[in-house]
Amino acid sequence: MNKEKNIDDISNFNSPLGVGGSSSPFRGLGGRFVIDIERSMLTSEGKSLLKVDLEIANNELLCLFGHSGAGKTTLLRILAGLFTPDRGFISFNGVVWYDSAKKINLPPQQRNVGFVFQDYALFPNMTVRKNIEFAQKTPNAEEVDSLLSHFGLEALQKQYPAKLSGGQKQRVALARALAAKPNLLLLDEPLSALDYEMRLNLQDEILKAHKLLNSQTLLVSHDKEEVLKLADTVVMLRNGVVIKSGKPVELFT
Amino acid sequence: MESDFINTLLLTGKLAGWTTAILFVIGLPIAYVLAYKRFWFKSVMEALISMPMVLPPTVLGFYMLVAYSPQNAFGSFLEKHLDVRLAFSFEGVLLASVVFSLPFMIQPLQNGLTAIPVSLREAAYTLGKSKTETFFKVLIPNMIPSIVTALAMTFAHCIGEFGVVIMVGGNMPGETRVASIAIYDEVQSLNYDIANQYSLVLFIISLVILTVIYSCPRPLKGSNP
Repeated sequence: MNKEKNIDDISNFNSPLGVGGSSSPFRGLGGRFVIDIERSMLTSEGKSLLKVDLEIANNELLCLFGHSGAGKTTLLRILAGLFTPDRGFISFNGVVWYDSAKKINLPPQQRNVGFVFQDYALFPNMTVRKNIEFAQKTPNAEEVDSLLSHFGLEALQKQYPAKLSGGQKQRVALARALAAKPNLLLLDEPLSALDYEMRLNLQDEILKAHKLLNSQTLLVSHDKEEVLKLADTVVMLRNGVVIKSGKPVELFT
Repeated sequence: MESDFINTLLLTGKLAGWTTAILFVIGLPIAYVLAYKRFWFKSVMEALISMPMVLPPTVLGFYMLVAYSPQNAFGSFLEKHLDVRLAFSFEGVLLASVVFSLPFMIQPLQNGLTAIPVSLREAAYTLGKSKTETFFKVLIPNMIPSIVTALAMTFAHCIGEFGVVIMVGGNMPGETRVASIAIYDEVQSLNYDIANQYSLVLFIISLVILTVIYSCPRPLKGSNP
């Protein structure tokens, strides 16, 4: 319910570029996202097989939920092209990203995903503004200004990441991911290192990023409250296998 | 005598400068491969690169001299096709110096690369950046302390080289007579004052270089294996 409210707030957001919702210049491609993969994993409990068969609808914010070692991050990294599955098929909007049968495996550079890492992975040698500029495919100062404004980073644009708090780093990471105009967003437990109050504030920032993108967002989390607030759909993983999926309210209440 | 002193120091600087420059250019890709790639002979390659740290310089110098000989394949090839004789020449000493200083360049660069969190490279890749662009715009700027250490260590090590230079180059003023050899030569001739002047210059240069290394900020602490 909070989520509905927040999205409405963001839709009403007026910026010089008129971003927000379907008019956003950062809007992703959207389309069908089909995932059917297998990969063996080595966890603290021994070997297990990650086996996921999913189809994610356009504009959906899907949360991968489960304990450590369930395969959430592995799945996210496979989708980004940072890990290779043992076999299977991944396609986005009709473009095949991975097909073991046809030996197709697009590198991360060609998948155009916005990935927010657990440690944010901001480039220490670049200021906040440079981090965002570096992500752009073609330089556009107005769009950088717009992203800085959206995420409340104008005052910090000349700062280096080492000087930022965890919450500020997370906002820069989201802005940077959007600057590349990705097809979709992949967020790997972006709030796990933050305290409770900061998490609540930044959950809104994630919704804002999702709204700006207007495409699929996959979020890894093991926090029920977070999932209830953010997700349209939740996929519960245990030992690499999907045990339940559906609306968060149905699964958690 | 005065010009001999200056010329010897200039030749020492020239040898150390060229060795450092050549090793930086070839060291970066080698360090990248050792830091990020897995292949079956990686341990052998690392061991070979580190050999000059434990091998007596005379051993390496001896093998380089043998290789340079026109009686052997490498020396014969150079003489026949390029009309070059490396034994007892500056170029021969330079090549030996490059081989002998490999670990002093490569190890700090490799350590600098492995210290950079793997997520920085991955973030650049997911933003569509190629490996080359990531290397020059993300990795290199985030390993400056390691680069300074590698350059300084290599230069300092070259300045003090003795065994390899005397084996491969002998003691030819203006061609292969570097400061460390001049010190030995002057002591043998009981010219302690001149030996002291050379020694003092090398002492000061080494001290300045090591101070630079220790003044550098520590490299990034990463999560790479």
